[in-house]
Amino acid sequence: MRYLPHTPEEVSAMLSAVGADNLDELFAHIPEVCRRNTPLGLPEPLSEWELDRHMDGLSGTTAIQPEYMVFMGAGSYDHLIPEVIKQLLQRGEIYTAYTPYQAEVSQGTLQIIYEYQTLVSRLLGLDVANASMYDGASALAEALLMAMRVTKRSKVAVSRAIHPLYRRVVQTYLEPAGFEIVELDYNTQGRTDLSALDDSENLAAVAVQSPNFFGCVEDMAAMEKAIHADAKTMLVATFTEPLAFGLYQSPGDLGADIACGEGQSLGLPRSFGGPGLGLFACRQAHIRNMPGRLAGQTVDLDGKRGFVLTLATREQHIRRGKATSNICTNQGLCATAAAMFMATLGGTGFRRLARINYDNAEYLKGELKKNGIAIAFETPTFNEFVIRLGEGSKRIYRQLMAKKIIAGLPLDKYYTELEDHYLICVTETSTKADLDILVKEVTA
Amino acid sequence: MKEIEDLKLPDDLRYSKDHEWAAEEGDLFKIGISDYAQDQLGDVVFVELPTVGALLEKGQEFGTVESVKAVSELYMPMSGEVMEINDELEDRPELVNEDPYEGGWMIKIKVTDSDQLGALMDRQAYLATLKG
Repeated sequence: MRYLPHTPEEVSAMLSAVGADNLDELFAHIPEVCRRNTPLGLPEPLSEWELDRHMDGLSGTTAIQPEYMVFMGAGSYDHLIPEVIKQLLQRGEIYTAYTPYQAEVSQGTLQIIYEYQTLVSRLLGLDVANASMYDGASALAEALLMAMRVTKRSKVAVSRAIHPLYRRVVQTYLEPAGFEIVELDYNTQGRTDLSALDDSENLAAVAVQSPNFFGCVEDMAAMEKAIHADAKTMLVATFTEPLAFGLYQSPGDLGADIACGEGQSLGLPRSFGGPGLGLFACRQAHIRNMPGRLAGQTVDLDGKRGFVLTLATREQHIRRGKATSNICTNQGLCATAAAMFMATLGGTGFRRLARINYDNAEYLKGELKKNGIAIAFETPTFNEFVIRLGEGSKRIYRQLMAKKIIAGLPLDKYYTELEDHYLICVTETSTKADLDILVKEVTA
Repeated sequence: MKEIEDLKLPDDLRYSKDHEWAAEEGDLFKIGISDYAQDQLGDVVFVELPTVGALLEKGQEFGTVESVKAVSELYMPMSGEVMEINDELEDRPELVNEDPYEGGWMIKIKVTDSDQLGALMDRQAYLATLKG
C-alpha cells in the first residue's frame, strides 16, 4: 500500500463533495484552542547516513545497558531473551502477524494464539485467557470495565500500591464515563490497607497488584477473604512482573476473578517503553463479558482439528456499541514472542529463572542492609524492593549516575510522601560483581 | 429463510413490533420471540436473561439473544416484574429455534399495567406488519 499525500485538486474535490469551502471549515467543530494555527516547524529531511548519525547522538544522551548499570524496573524489566525467539520471530509467516480478520484461513496464526492463551491461562491460574490486550495498564482498565458489566455496579476500589501510571490509565478510561474510583492506601508494610473497605459498599471490583509497585507481595489470601465478603465484588489482580508467578502462587490460585497485567518480561525487549503486551485471564463463568479476541479449538466436518475465533459476538464488528470492548485486535507479534518464551523455558526453566531473580534481589537487599541502608518495607518481595537513602539522597543518586550506575527509580515523583525512597530492581542480568559494586558505591 | 405464509403465528398470542410475543398464563404473562424473529436470527447459540425480581418498563431491554451471525436485544412488550426465567435455555438455546412458543419461552412477568396488552398486535395485525 502506498501512502501519498493528496494533491490540492483532490482536497478541493473532496471538500466540495462534503460542502465545505476550505479545511478550516471542515474542522470547525474542533474547539479553537485545540487547533494548531502555526506550521509544524519540522526540520528538512535527512539522508540515511545523516539520520544514523542523528540517532546515534540521541542514544548517547540516554543511559543504556551495558554502558550503564541500570537497577530500574518499575513495570519494565531487563531480562535475557533466548536467541531462538529472535530468530523465529523473523520468519516471514510470523513477523507479518496481525490479528486475523479473515480468521479461519489463518490456521497457523490461530494456533499460535490458542497456544499463547493456554500458556497464559496456566501461568495466571485461571480458566481462560484472551488473545492479548495492548499492555498491562489498558488490561487493568478493561478488567475493571468488565467487572462493572458482570456485577452491574459502577464503583471500583483501586490500591495505591498499583503502578501509578496504570492508575492514570484507569482514570482515563473510567472517570469520563461517570464511574467512581475509590483509592485504597498502603500501610507501613508496603501492602494495601483494606480497612477503608468497610465503608465502600456495592463495589464492582477491588484491584490490587502483587508483587505491587513497591515490589511487596500482597497478602492475597487475607485480601481475597475480605473482598469476597461481598459475594458479588470481583477481585481483580494485576501485575507488572509475571515472572513472579514462577515462584509465588498465581492470581487464580489465590482467588482472583480476573488477572491482568504486563507481559513484557516474557521475551520482549524494553525498547524505550514499548510495545508491551496485555495479559488477560478470567473464570469460565464470566467469559461472555471478557474483552478482546479469543481463539478456540474445534473439529471440521471430517473430524479434523482446526482453530476458530470464538465468541466473536462479544466483539465490536458484530455487537457495535454494546461490544464488551472497543479492542478488536490483539498484540499479535508480542503475544507470539511471549508464547515462544514460555515454551522455550518450560515450567522448570520458568521456575528456575524466577528463583534466580529472587535470589539476586535478596542478596542485594541483604548486603545493603548489612551496610546500613534502610529497607523501607519489611515484606517479602520478588525482584524489586524499596530502599531509603536518607539525607543527601539526591546527591548520592546523582553521583552514582555520574559513575554510570542508575540506583533505581526515585519514588517521590509518584508518591510525595516517599522522599528519598528508591525502587531497586535486580534481575538475572546482574552478576554478583555488579551487585557488589552498587553496594560499595551507595555506601561509600 | 421461511416465506411469510409458512410462519407459525398462533392466534392466542399477542405480538410486539420488536417481534416478542406475550401469552397470558394464570396471573402471569409468558414472553418469548416470534417464529419470524428466530428465523431471521438463524441458529441461536446463547440467550442472556434478566435476574428474577427485576422490574422492567415496557420497551426496556430484558436480555439478548445471540445467533451465529448476530446479537439482538430483547425488549419488554409490557412493563412488569420478572417472576421466572427459562433456565433450560442456558444449556439448550436451540429451543428458541425449534419451538419458539413452548420450549423456547424466555421469561414470565407479573405485569404492572394490564392495559398495555391492548397495545400489542393480534396475529392479523402482526402478519400485516411483516408483509410490510
